[in-house]
Amino acid sequence: MAAHTHAADEPAPKVALLNDPKIRAWIFQAVLLVVLAWLVWVGIQNMFANLRAANISSGFGFLGRNAGFAISQSLIEYEQASSTYGRVFMVGLLNTLLVSAVGIVIATILGFIVGIARLSPNWVLARLAAAYIETLRNIPLLLQIFVWYFSVLRLLPSRREALDLGFLGQINISGWYAPRPVLGEGSGLIGWALLIAVVAVVALARWARRRQEATGERLPVLWPAIGLIVGLPLVAYLAAGMPLAFEYPEQGNFGPRGGTRVYPEFIGLLLALSFYTAAFIAEIVRAGILAVNRGQTEASYALGLRPGQTLRLVIVPQALRIIIPPLTSQYLNLTKNSSLAVAIAYPDLVSVFAGTALNQTGQAVEILMMTMLTYLALSLLISAFMNWYNAKMALVER
Amino acid sequence: MKHAIKVLLGSAVVAMTATAASAATLDDVKERGTLKCGVSQGLPGFSNPDADGNWSGLDVDFCKAVAAAVFDDPSKVEYVPLSAKERFTALQSGEVDLLSRNTTWTMSRDTQLGLNFAVVNYYDGQGFMVRKDMNINSALQLSGAAVCTNTGTTTELNVADYFRANNMDYELVAFEKADEVVAAYDAGRCDVYTTDQSGLYAQRLKLTNPDEHMVLPEIISKEPLGPAVRQGDDQWLNVMKWVHFAMLQAEESGVTQDNVEEMKNSDNPTIKRLLGTEGEFGPAIGLENDWAARVISHVGNYGESFARNVGPETPLSISRGINALWTKGGLQYAPPIR
Ligand SMILES: N[C@@H](CCC(=O)N[C@@H](CS)C(=O)NCC(=O)O)C(=O)O
Repeated sequence: MAAHTHAADEPAPKVALLNDPKIRAWIFQAVLLVVLAWLVWVGIQNMFANLRAANISSGFGFLGRNAGFAISQSLIEYEQASSTYGRVFMVGLLNTLLVSAVGIVIATILGFIVGIARLSPNWVLARLAAAYIETLRNIPLLLQIFVWYFSVLRLLPSRREALDLGFLGQINISGWYAPRPVLGEGSGLIGWALLIAVVAVVALARWARRRQEATGERLPVLWPAIGLIVGLPLVAYLAAGMPLAFEYPEQGNFGPRGGTRVYPEFIGLLLALSFYTAAFIAEIVRAGILAVNRGQTEASYALGLRPGQTLRLVIVPQALRIIIPPLTSQYLNLTKNSSLAVAIAYPDLVSVFAGTALNQTGQAVEILMMTMLTYLALSLLISAFMNWYNAKMALVER
Repeated sequence: MKHAIKVLLGSAVVAMTATAASAATLDDVKERGTLKCGVSQGLPGFSNPDADGNWSGLDVDFCKAVAAAVFDDPSKVEYVPLSAKERFTALQSGEVDLLSRNTTWTMSRDTQLGLNFAVVNYYDGQGFMVRKDMNINSALQLSGAAVCTNTGTTTELNVADYFRANNMDYELVAFEKADEVVAAYDAGRCDVYTTDQSGLYAQRLKLTNPDEHMVLPEIISKEPLGPAVRQGDDQWLNVMKWVHFAMLQAEESGVTQDNVEEMKNSDNPTIKRLLGTEGEFGPAIGLENDWAARVISHVGNYGESFARNVGPETPLSISRGINALWTKGGLQYAPPIR
């Protein structure tokens, strides 16, 4: 005992720097890092030297060259005569983002509905949800994409005819020809009104919540919010002298023309991705809800909450903490699966950039590196966002 | 993504081992005992497998001819089906020894991809196919049409140039696999199917009602189709060239699959040099002296191969046109064997 106290008082024995385990560990790590960096460097040098020796062009100069091919769906301006391969990359990336983002939203909503329905005391509903999950989870995604694109969409009228959807435009095998909003003078006002409405709704929700925490009194938020979001722009629209018109598709020599096009390739891919991923999300949601102690439900019933309120206010917030991490990986899957687009001619990143552009330039190494880094960055971004959301959802102890 | 990884690995292999790949391909082929030949995934008349997996077609005949010249056995070919997108990487990485897949010879492919095109075994041009009931008789009436085609082909660029030059707009729907293009066009997603005219005649046979479709008269591009090999192996390139030329010379000199044995007794010096009864031409390209005789006895001359695979008697029913011998007003012309 005495010896022990004594040792603690004494200054640490002097050891050679090299023998200090901490410093030693650092040195090893540093050496490893240098060796790794050197290997990568030599690998890259060797690769470019070999490409040159095999007479295969290399470098990133092609990004500034004219692409010269057409792309059907583009969110940004794309001119086949003058746009570059760099532009092709952007167009493809945006198309990937579009189908992934919309797909994630639909898959989440549908997944929650099906997951909750699966636990419903209503036998038919629960069976239907189970059947949905079991079928869609177990059919390969590519097959589902083909079914949507080649079978379901084929039920629509042919190119020269169209189903008239009234004020929603027209639809046929070539997609949905939606009305295109044409903004007149003063229409900026509507945008501002919408922005103000959104800010007001957020402020209202926060204020209502703080009030509830302070006084326990609940204020209705939903209806005033809807009123603001719809009403304010409407007032602005009327005030500005109704500057918004819609351009409707008209009959061209090959079927409808004009309006906003929603391509069938997009619809087919979107439906396949969302319905497939929703089946997995439904199972995650079910597991998350089941993981919340049954006592929570009983306690909230005892407090007089109705089943809907119990689900919304007690169960789901707790379940979310279990749901979010596996949900993240479903979002990542959906985004990566969107690269099956090329099978049905949807111009996503893999199709137009790692496909057509690669073939026209032959610069496989550069293009595939860029494409993979992009997918990596996308995945990391989604994960980072979901981690942030997860942290936000964690139990706040008061 | 799986495909992307395959291509990346392929190109990484090219990148790391490029020097090894430029070694003598002929020696590798002889040592292996089979020829690895890159073909399409199924294009009737050019390279198409039947129900039992036996390949046939004009491009397949070229693979067989090379195998015949090297091994005296046209069955020593391993066919590697490739999509338009995969084909060049497959050749660069050494997955195939030769690419015989209705591939257009263009300057950028010849000079930037590390490839060499050997010969043109089919002179083609890009065309359009439409439904007869659309009452269209010229491509100039196609403004506003939806156009189905394959990605990774010259087709995409040609159609862009053509519509731009004629001030017409269009909607491009580009699939990776030819069968998906056919399915989409057949289902009515597109008004037009565009690709090499030979390809149109071939793919038309896969439609539900081939008779309801017609190929428009316009040819909008030059599509010289031919086999390609890796750069840096002159001997192998020479084998490709002379196998094709031998088939042309045989047709020109009237040597056929049936009479090739008899012809070995011919006094005609051109035929003697072709069939190896005079001179030492085979060894100069690393082959036996009867290399050409082997090709003709197993595969036939160019005219026979054409007639058997795509000619008027076949479902494709394509006439010789510019693919006739130069002596008949066509473009097929073989330099002399001497
Ligand atoms: N000759 C053109 C087009 C070649 C091409 O791929 N054509 C398609 C349509 S005819 C094809 O062969 N498809 C058959 C397949 O992919 O198996 C080129 O070299 O780019």
